[in-house]
Amino acid sequence: MVRLRDLSVTFIGGRKPVQAVSGVSLEVQRGEVVALIGESGSGKSVTLRSLLRLHPEQRTRMSGQVQVAGQDVLALSQRELVDFRGKVASMIFQEPLLAMDPVYTVGAQIVEAILRHEPVSPAEARQRALDLFERVRIPSPELRLQAYPHEMSGGMRQRAMIALALACRPQILLADEPTTALDATVQIQILLLLRELQRDLGLSVVFVTHDIGAAVEVADRIAVMYGGRIVEEGTVRELIRTPRHPYTLALLKSRAHGAMVRGRRLETIGGTPPDLSALPPGCAFAERCSLATEACCAAQPAVIEFSPGHRARCIHTRLVADATAVPAA
Amino acid sequence: MDGFSDIGGPAQPMLTIQGLQKHFALKKDAFGRGGGVVRAVDGVDFDVFKGETLGIVGESGCGKSTTARLLMQLITPTAGEVYFDGRTVGGRDLPLKEFRRQVQMVFQDSYASLNPRLTIEDSVAFGPQVHGVSRKEAVGRAHDLLARVGLSPQRFAERYPHELSGGQRQRVNIARALAMQPRMVILDEAVSALDKSVEAQVLNLLLDLKSEFGLTYVFISHDLNVVRYMSDRVMVMYLGQVAEIGPSEALYESPAHPYTRALLSSMPSMDPDHRTEEATLAGDPPNPINPPSGCRFHPRCAQAAPVCSQHVPAPVAAGASQGVSCLMAEPGKGHPLASALLRRA
Repeated sequence: MVRLRDLSVTFIGGRKPVQAVSGVSLEVQRGEVVALIGESGSGKSVTLRSLLRLHPEQRTRMSGQVQVAGQDVLALSQRELVDFRGKVASMIFQEPLLAMDPVYTVGAQIVEAILRHEPVSPAEARQRALDLFERVRIPSPELRLQAYPHEMSGGMRQRAMIALALACRPQILLADEPTTALDATVQIQILLLLRELQRDLGLSVVFVTHDIGAAVEVADRIAVMYGGRIVEEGTVRELIRTPRHPYTLALLKSRAHGAMVRGRRLETIGGTPPDLSALPPGCAFAERCSLATEACCAAQPAVIEFSPGHRARCIHTRLVADATAVPAA
Repeated sequence: MDGFSDIGGPAQPMLTIQGLQKHFALKKDAFGRGGGVVRAVDGVDFDVFKGETLGIVGESGCGKSTTARLLMQLITPTAGEVYFDGRTVGGRDLPLKEFRRQVQMVFQDSYASLNPRLTIEDSVAFGPQVHGVSRKEAVGRAHDLLARVGLSPQRFAERYPHELSGGQRQRVNIARALAMQPRMVILDEAVSALDKSVEAQVLNLLLDLKSEFGLTYVFISHDLNVVRYMSDRVMVMYLGQVAEIGPSEALYESPAHPYTRALLSSMPSMDPDHRTEEATLAGDPPNPINPPSGCRFHPRCAQAAPVCSQHVPAPVAAGASQGVSCLMAEPGKGHPLASALLRRA
């Protein structure tokens, strides 16, 4: 459903060009949930937004191939793009209060989206909006359709956002940190809802998060990003049980059960995330990596495949494998 | 300005909170409708012991940040008293200005907390100068502290906040808090906005500083893992009240309040073979404008009985190091499951 080939995204217009994504290739099958995880500035959100070509055209240079549901997204005209967004693929944002229009009711916004894309009567569109609200389990849906975004609580707004995203029955749902702004008790409800909708509607989902815990709850596969590249990719089990990239391992160590034991110092990754306007020629993680050698800094490490679909971009994967031979958690 | 010495001895709590309340009045609209009162903090008693880290957890709107601001006296309580080392805060023995030298706070938004027009060095040296330290000495101390929190003064002292990353700015905020040589630091979601790898560095730093300077922490966060890691005791708040308080291991291993249990089980499992199948709490945290009758948690509680909507459970006793506010912990009140859960204290 989604096929990225060597996608690179550079933002120009600032003092220095920022290489946000450098050569990302990723495939998402029909009905599959893929989570992109990484820290801020790793390129995960930029990659996701490229799938809908949401970046400002004037200040963005994109290269590579972006195919979504058989369409070449980079070649679409403005008009085709408007048809494509929401209908083929749609997106859930982190902060629905900013993503929705504050001067229209939530119901009106859903109806508008349906009428824009489909030849149905306003009455039918309203009925569909009501069905959607029931579907995402918003209590007293008739009443809530009349509400303005600011009148809803955070969890309710995110449910409404999901209803809006599903309004035109897209095949692909893109979610950009959909639960980050929510309380843990509400986060798990939204994650379970996404999982249920994905299963029932057979959606393909690309889910961006910095929280491995959230990714494990919903994803089939995980791609870990660092410095604008995917450094490791595999099924959730492979990544959690047998990580092969030192960065994945470090991320897990900061979060896995039993990793935070009182009275014991946390294992940290020293240093800070790389400067995307001055990326090194070699591995971007090398300067923070305890296994780094000169070869790491000289050139981009090649991608190594361990089993079908489980890949990592590192020359020291054997050392990581040894380090995890005794399961950490 | 010198460091402060202990007054009441180690047994006296650093901070004693009694009957703390903060109600915010809502404005009426042009037609005289609305109004009402937000009971953000509604009758809270607890102690913070010397040298401990007290963690505070709860959903948004439970009053944890309002409690922090009340402790700092950044907002005036509607009712209740705050005692610092035995003395009334704002009273004759402990004027506010003196109290604020001894207690400092670090906020979540590292950028909004710093004056954008001051260099890092000036920000850190500002407070001590207000309290009568010479400029030369204050700057010297600022450099020492910047070095201590991992920011080399040669490289960073002259920089402005926008030139730093989030993690570096939060280190500056920590250095600034310590410049006053406080005895207690309130950390309100201080690491929540940081990336995980940076968060771990700052948590390690906080632990080091605590033992080095003999500090007492109040650590507020919505991240239950982090609170467990940092805290000696944990207080769980729900709708402006204390649901449960206790030593962190005991509270996480055998939570007594149904809300604590629900909160803990909403943490992601991190196990692909045992994904969470059911959310333990339905709905959003309720609105503190019209809190439910009886026990405030009863509309969302799996073990709620009819009695829960009629009787208010006894609050956690003032000064108790451990306790729970639930009718199931009060055998005489008529909850059918009362015997299942005996008061642990």
